[in-house]
Amino acid sequence: METVIKTHELTKRYGDFIAANAISLEVYKGEIFGFLGANGAGKTTAMRMLCGLSTPSSGSAEIAGYDIYRQTEQVKKNIGYMSQKFSLYEDLTVMENIRFFGGIYGLGSKDIRLKGQALIKQLGLESEEKKLVGSLPLGWKQKLAFSVAILHSPKIVFLDEPTGGVDPLTRRQFWDLIYEAADRGITIFVTTHYMDEAEYCGRLSIMVDGNVKALDTPSALKEQYHATSMDDVFYELARGAKRSE
Amino acid sequence: MINNQFLVFVKKEFAHVLRDRKTLLVLFGLPVMQILIFGFALTNEVKNASIVVLDQAKDHQSQRLIGRIGASRYFDIEGAVDDEEAIEQNLRSGKVKMALVIPSGFSYDLAHRNKAGLRIIADASDPNTANTLSNYLSSIIMDEQAELNANVPVPYTIIPEMRMLYNPQLKGVHNFVPGVMALVLMLVCVMMTAISIVREKETGTMEILLVSPFKPLLVILSKAVPYLLLSLVNVGTILLLSVFVLDLPVNGSILLLLAESTMFIITCLSIGLFISVKAQSQQTAMLISLMGMMLPTILFSGFMFPIENMPKPLQAITNIVPSRWYYIIVKSIMIKGLGFQAIWKETAILAGMAVFLTLVSLKNFKIRLE
Amino acid sequence: MMEAIVLDHITKTYGKEKIPAVNDVSLTVKSGELFGLIGPDGAGKTSIFRMLTTLLLPDKGSASVNGHDIVRDYRQIRNTVGYMPGKFSLYQDLSVEENLKFFATVFGTTVEKNYDLIREIYVQIEPFRKRRAGKLSGGMKQKLALCCALIHQPEVLFLDEPTTGVDPVSRKEFWEMLQRIKKKNITIMVSTPYMDEASQCDRIALIQHGNILSVETPSAVIRAYPQQLYAIRSEDIYKLMKSLRSNPLVDSCHSFGEYLHITLSEQGMRAEAALLAGLAAEGHGNVVLKEIIPGIEDCFIRLLKN
Repeated sequence: METVIKTHELTKRYGDFIAANAISLEVYKGEIFGFLGANGAGKTTAMRMLCGLSTPSSGSAEIAGYDIYRQTEQVKKNIGYMSQKFSLYEDLTVMENIRFFGGIYGLGSKDIRLKGQALIKQLGLESEEKKLVGSLPLGWKQKLAFSVAILHSPKIVFLDEPTGGVDPLTRRQFWDLIYEAADRGITIFVTTHYMDEAEYCGRLSIMVDGNVKALDTPSALKEQYHATSMDDVFYELARGAKRSE
Repeated sequence: MINNQFLVFVKKEFAHVLRDRKTLLVLFGLPVMQILIFGFALTNEVKNASIVVLDQAKDHQSQRLIGRIGASRYFDIEGAVDDEEAIEQNLRSGKVKMALVIPSGFSYDLAHRNKAGLRIIADASDPNTANTLSNYLSSIIMDEQAELNANVPVPYTIIPEMRMLYNPQLKGVHNFVPGVMALVLMLVCVMMTAISIVREKETGTMEILLVSPFKPLLVILSKAVPYLLLSLVNVGTILLLSVFVLDLPVNGSILLLLAESTMFIITCLSIGLFISVKAQSQQTAMLISLMGMMLPTILFSGFMFPIENMPKPLQAITNIVPSRWYYIIVKSIMIKGLGFQAIWKETAILAGMAVFLTLVSLKNFKIRLE
Repeated sequence: MMEAIVLDHITKTYGKEKIPAVNDVSLTVKSGELFGLIGPDGAGKTSIFRMLTTLLLPDKGSASVNGHDIVRDYRQIRNTVGYMPGKFSLYQDLSVEENLKFFATVFGTTVEKNYDLIREIYVQIEPFRKRRAGKLSGGMKQKLALCCALIHQPEVLFLDEPTTGVDPVSRKEFWEMLQRIKKKNITIMVSTPYMDEASQCDRIALIQHGNILSVETPSAVIRAYPQQLYAIRSEDIYKLMKSLRSNPLVDSCHSFGEYLHITLSEQGMRAEAALLAGLAAEGHGNVVLKEIIPGIEDCFIRLLKN
């Protein structure tokens, strides 16, 4: 299996505070990898290092085969990123957003047009193409944001709590998109607060106080902690947490 | 119970103010900086100013004096001229800042009458420089006089007669102290009050306060107290600096000045309140305060630009700028040493503005979110 | 009094286009009830809270809290309710202690007088009482906000999404606290986007796009689910999902944790057998199919689709 994320004792310190401590993990091509942890456990810090947004204090990591210290530009070309907070420009139309983000990642205008049309058709947004993104319901925005994040066919897409506050039906439609992308070979690295979504992941890790406390498939974790649901596994692990936000 | 609520609220406001170190530093540092910048930038030492001399005496005393002036580092003697018209030309063209006229019989007058006159003509269109230069020149003349008097029984007196061309009243000198006071109070009271109320809207705490038995009037009054005190501290700082650092004494009653300042502060607080009722975000509040209050204070209060020289429509606008009236008040008390009867009209205008704005704000204060 | 909160055909619109945020909503909350408003972002939950706490005026309809009209008697309501807005709304630059004391005084009471009510919650944050509220963790902020909302012993407590953005551990603790507060005979109206929290409430209203989909006890909502629900999984869940969605035997199919939840267009053993046979023929391995009782989320999804 091809490894697309490989970290070795990746650590981030802020003074005396160790935000992320010696994180070692491997994520494979086409995998849906869940990255869980309570608020303040160090998820965001770790994810920022992997996206090349922040330099680790020590340790090493390769993203899509590129070193995160020396080849941040290549790393950025090969990843997509979507967060709950920033997704798209609300004052641009659906198509303008697609054109803009496609352009940023260096897609040709013909490519953008073709991919954009396909994307709009897939999401059923044909009648909304010329509408401002701000006027779309939250669920559609999130689906659109995800599709835009993978428009340039990245090797990996990082999703930071992509489904917060979205209704359960839309949440599932969102996960359908994720499954489909994974099926096409895009690796999904996702954080979530919904424990049922954790079950959708092929494997997942749970961070507590800056350390990766558990890493396995959902069923193996449930077995290991004698739990009936991921909720219980998470509760068992995070209960002992010393720090939070 | 109401009193207790009020007290608790005021305490909370003080906590907000005192715990925000950076803002606090700006609030207290600002008046000091402004006074020092204005004070020293405007009355800065002038070196090697050009001067012309019309020596009608042409005797040894006049030569001695001219030599002394030429030797000083403050003045460069541009040359001698032959008549008053040449002086006028030199001043008008801006080639020189000042002219000295030594009348004929200067030595004779000194020797026989023990006193002699001199004329100093300055270009007062830049009043600060004119004032500084004539002070320098006077002190050189005094030095000369002191030297002459060293070994004589009856002292000699040289009487310089000053003439300020183009701006005889020397408008602008030390005007910046009242101006800075208006500016600082405006900034602290208007902007800080507006921002602190709008911040509660932004962070959502206003939502909780509204869903409580707390009276809106109390919210507003308690916001005003800390900034009122803070502003009075600033007034004190400015006055101390102007008296001890800039040697600009308060000629009138200090108590009256403080009372008038309090009146102006209340007017400013009511403006801040009015802005906060209208603005929804801290940025908006800040922008309105800066554009709507600071700029007019600088432009239209008469502090930088004399109002008499403005076109009529602009002069009309200056009437609604509160700092214009406060500026007149402070000038009257501090510089002219006048009493309340001279400024009651301005005071009444400020009070009227405050009452009007407070009423409008209270009427517009929303007891709900929209 | 039996009815603590009454909404009678309440409509609220925003902006010039009159986009309805709350659309002709009527519901009643009994005194002492723990009532949940369950719905995603933008469903209209916050608008309902703001109208009931007298912060917004409805466009149409009327509502009352403890018998006080939300428009006319807003002062009485403000005296008797506790409100915790969705955003953390305490003073970040005041300490835990100072915040509590401030809000106690604002409501004309003292911390000492009502300490009993908040003691259980407050002891958890007491070690940090000198810390500024802005430096607290998400869970602790919620606890402090709850203390501040409770300090004047309100008759009705409004909590707008108190658990949003809070991790599962803190969420669990928060609901345990609500259960204890309920025992003190305080009516609680709480909103949440998390369906799994619905079962904690006495009754729930499912809400979407400003419309109430159902008002029931959680168990009645579940009982009202009209079909048999199945959970199904196989070794390749994505492949399974694709083939189920194109299968005419399958009425609906949604992912749910490690399983897919499906309903069949026909009921009974024969339909189940036919489905399994078909899947086996398509080459799905390790297929597990079992009958299950639906959860609130299943019900919500079904209501959304209608």
